[in-house]
Amino acid sequence: MNLLIPILLFVGLGLLAGLLLSVFSKIFAVDSDEKVEEVVSALPGLNCGVCGFSGCESYAKEIVHGGAATNRCVPGGADAAKKISGIMGTEFESVSRQAAFVSCGGEVPRVTSNSYVYEGERTCAACNLYYQGRGICNYGCIGFGDCAKQCAFDAISIADECAVVDPARCTGCTMCTKACPKGLIHIRDLAKTVYVNCSSCDPGRDVIKTCQNGCIGCRKCEKVCPSDAIHVENNVASIDYAKCTNCHACADACPRGCISVL
Amino acid sequence: MKELMVILFSAILTQNFVLSKFMGICPFLGVSKKMNSAVGMSAAVTFVMVAASAITWPIYTYLLAPFSLEYLSKVVFILIIALFVQLVEILIKKYAKSLYNALGVYLPLITTNCAVLGVTILNVEDQLTFLQAVINALGGGLGFALALVIFAGVRERVDAADVPKAFKGIPSTLVAASIVSMSFLGFNGIVEAIFQ
Repeated sequence: MNLLIPILLFVGLGLLAGLLLSVFSKIFAVDSDEKVEEVVSALPGLNCGVCGFSGCESYAKEIVHGGAATNRCVPGGADAAKKISGIMGTEFESVSRQAAFVSCGGEVPRVTSNSYVYEGERTCAACNLYYQGRGICNYGCIGFGDCAKQCAFDAISIADECAVVDPARCTGCTMCTKACPKGLIHIRDLAKTVYVNCSSCDPGRDVIKTCQNGCIGCRKCEKVCPSDAIHVENNVASIDYAKCTNCHACADACPRGCISVL
Repeated sequence: MKELMVILFSAILTQNFVLSKFMGICPFLGVSKKMNSAVGMSAAVTFVMVAASAITWPIYTYLLAPFSLEYLSKVVFILIIALFVQLVEILIKKYAKSLYNALGVYLPLITTNCAVLGVTILNVEDQLTFLQAVINALGGGLGFALALVIFAGVRERVDAADVPKAFKGIPSTLVAASIVSMSFLGFNGIVEAIFQ
């Protein structure tokens, strides 16, 4: 008898708790979709938004219910696209691989210098609040690596206070482009091997004083480009990758070396 | 009334579960990385604490004590706590999916959060009345929330600071935790003095 009461009590409480839980889980059931969850697990889960949707989960929902293309996940690449098309039973479509590039080559002290010694919080965002960063060029890379901290693939390194992207590791997920307070990082098709490594909108005579690498807006690249792909706007050259044919004529013509070939 | 206020505020400040009794350190360190998840976690813990106290007190007083089954209290209390944690998990999963993802494994771990079990056991050990027990649990939950939110703020600053390499991550976090905990010693005696 002495044993019976505690056992009954405990079993009773346990049963009651179990009953309550199963009732509640019925009432508040989450209508989960197996197919959506499968697609989510095939995606890399970065929530970068390159696909054009707000995150991996909403992209997965759009694939399953909205008929979105299966090849829009750039970081996942061909692997993810293959898995997703397998789940959906559609044909595999290849993903054009993309990579980020930093449109600044302002290495300190090789080509440019700092206007003050910064000893605050070691982030670009914080340094950018003081006179638009520590460099004498107001458009250049600050070099505390806010972009590198965001990179999930370890593709960005900082050398001489300037960020460099390793295209072999970069997946083009755009997490770094959002992290840069200067907006220096852009995305190109991996197949396009030429890019402008300066973003300075200062007029040419000022750029000559601040940076040996900077674009002075001389338009030589414009003149040599056979496919009308490179143009100088706001004192800095930019390439229209839809027209660029990888001929590298602009890089050869640039007197400042601010058009890089990978 | 005065007594309830003393219980409430001493549970929040002087008898803070995390910083004075060192209970619930696991979520204190685990979920304090971001302010959002810290607030969500403390709300969940407060709810579980109050609900579990409100249920365990009558169970102890009317079921366990009359049959002199006090030795069963810990097992039964854990059962009740697990029940409420599951309920909270179902609710959060339904209504706050992003919070559910942010809390991750720490949500089911509220079950083993010793602050929750601690408050229910201390309630019956200190022979509080039902109302006192619920107020004590509310204070404990709010104290947990206060500690977690303060510490999340501290941690966001520490993360941005230039910490020596050997102290990066957990070491600097523990040092910061001990300093926050010491600062709570300053509340000693204040609550009693105010209300008496």
